[in-house]
Amino acid sequence: MDDFKPQIVAFCCANCASSAAKVSQGMKKALPDNIKIIQVPCTGRIETLHLLKPFEEGADGVYVAGCQEDSCQYISGITKAAKRVTQVKGILESLSIEPERIDVFHMSAGKGQEFVEVADQMVNTVKGLGPILTA
Amino acid sequence: MIVAESKPIKELLEMVKDFKRILVVGCKGCVTVCNVGGAKEAAILASTLRISGKKEGLDVMVGEHTLERQCDPEYINELKDVIGDYDAVISIACGVGPQFLSERYPDTKIFPGVNTKFMGGAVEHGVWAERCAGCGTCAIHLFGGLCPIARCSKSLLNGPCGGSSNGKCEISQDVDCVWDLIVTKMMEQDRLDELTVFRPPKSWTTARDGGPRKMIREELVK
Amino acid sequence: MSEHKAGSNLEKVLSAGHFAFTGECGPPQGANVDHLIEKANHLKGCVDAVNVTDNQTAVVRMSSWAASIILIQHGLEPNYQMVCRDRNRLAIQSDILGAYSLGIRNMLCLSGDHQSFGNHPESKNVFDIDSMQLIHTAKTMRDEGKFLNGSDVDVAPKLFIGAASNPFAEPFDFRVYRLAKKISAGADFVQTQCIYNMDKFREFMKRAVDMGLHEKCYILAGVTPMKSVGMALYMSKQVPGMDVPPSLVKRLRGAGKGKVAEEGIKFALEQIEEFKEMEGVAGVHLMAIEWEHKVPEIAERAGVLPRPVV
Repeated sequence: MDDFKPQIVAFCCANCASSAAKVSQGMKKALPDNIKIIQVPCTGRIETLHLLKPFEEGADGVYVAGCQEDSCQYISGITKAAKRVTQVKGILESLSIEPERIDVFHMSAGKGQEFVEVADQMVNTVKGLGPILTA
Repeated sequence: MIVAESKPIKELLEMVKDFKRILVVGCKGCVTVCNVGGAKEAAILASTLRISGKKEGLDVMVGEHTLERQCDPEYINELKDVIGDYDAVISIACGVGPQFLSERYPDTKIFPGVNTKFMGGAVEHGVWAERCAGCGTCAIHLFGGLCPIARCSKSLLNGPCGGSSNGKCEISQDVDCVWDLIVTKMMEQDRLDELTVFRPPKSWTTARDGGPRKMIREELVK
Repeated sequence: MSEHKAGSNLEKVLSAGHFAFTGECGPPQGANVDHLIEKANHLKGCVDAVNVTDNQTAVVRMSSWAASIILIQHGLEPNYQMVCRDRNRLAIQSDILGAYSLGIRNMLCLSGDHQSFGNHPESKNVFDIDSMQLIHTAKTMRDEGKFLNGSDVDVAPKLFIGAASNPFAEPFDFRVYRLAKKISAGADFVQTQCIYNMDKFREFMKRAVDMGLHEKCYILAGVTPMKSVGMALYMSKQVPGMDVPPSLVKRLRGAGKGKVAEEGIKFALEQIEEFKEMEGVAGVHLMAIEWEHKVPEIAERAGVLPRPVV
């Protein structure tokens, strides 16, 4: 299990999350290479199906990085995204898959450090859970 | 509209556990409006089934198709060329859908993917409530435009029963006492005389109690 | 209210102008006839009639008609309660005929608590007809000798028809009109929900008297002695349509440990004294549920003994 490298898909909004990403690049803080970033205009645009598809395609974990609840540029985008993440947690649980494999994080535009920390956190969590495949 | 609720995923997995080729059929009618059976929900359910199959290491093929409605034979017919590719179908339309599918495609196992609940409407975004029980003899105008058959837990025609508190039905704080609403409205509108009229026992022959019902438009029958 | 409609003891007591005093007895959750008789015997000689409840709070018990017959066999007069929750109009009319044939002469027509309260919440509920229509049914069978469908009843059941009235339900302003409606539908007597808020009840009776309802129907005031502070709190919070003033709870708490039940009885006795003099009130309905052994003492202290023999 030590050589298990979880494949993670990260949905990041074009606002806070991407700003944080830029800052982290500027800080020369590397993002783990098993994270695939998908940039969206606002996390509110992410549908439940978008969050399920990565698991269908073989991802071991998914996360959403967006703004703080009170600083979403589109007001309620991140709030909607958080609800959909909760919905998918429920779906995963009913499939006896750990709900920790999906999560939502709230970024602040200037905190590049946070952006990398969150990525590391997800990788560690999912690594600890192992791959999804039962058989 | 007809309001339904998704069946728990565990229940659906149990239903289709022996099948390898599953088709999820959605409906663009009522179930789309209450967000349980439209194209979106069909895609979500199909994806969920695929993830489950992948996890269990099973070779499961899941297709998805959404019909205009599942309560008209001409739309049900549209599946005739594809249904042979599947051995099980989960219909997420209201109870009518799986039955029409079963009748038209007797050799395919058809499973109901939702629990059909009631006829109602949206009371706030994401919340639907029962308004009509299909009693077959509508008389809401006698009750200030509210229906005591559907909305009173005891279907009283000469209510209220006296069990309500703070305008809520004795059975639950989540249920409004419709008689409280009726009486308050009619007293405010000075229509006390309508409230004190004795409403005689209802004839339930036009309701489901009278047997399964049909509605026929003679001028349309060939 | 001159000629007797059913000739029951309760009817005779009321029509003779006496202050009526009725009690209550719940059938057993089984066929424990001995326990039923034991409870009922406490009430013997203390009350004019005994209410026999019908699957009260939607908990399955011996049927009220059967328990009523057992009471008759042991020298008590039952007030046979029927709810609309469990029977359709066929069973209702059928049971009315059966009850009358076996000697029952008083019937109380109720809606019934919803089955979700009880021990078989998954059951289908009936409510083919409501309590108002049930009163009308009993009256039609008795006075017109006709079933609901208009065909003849070969021997009409002569029952003294009762109904329940809840002065404390909402909306308050409508309650007296609902009582009037029940009287028009055929209620001969009415027992109210148990009273704790005396101010509200006085107001209700004033309105009822203003409408002349007391002249068309005998109104009995419901009394349930509080046994404990816990009971008072439970009733104020958990029982639908109940109005328990904070002042009563305070009074009970103030009585001190071990003395609360006595204080509850004192309050009930004060109420009964006031009801005896209150215009429009024709009697009291005492609901000392599972406290039947206290009824003789309460009746004695309330000065309602001996019961009139008519």
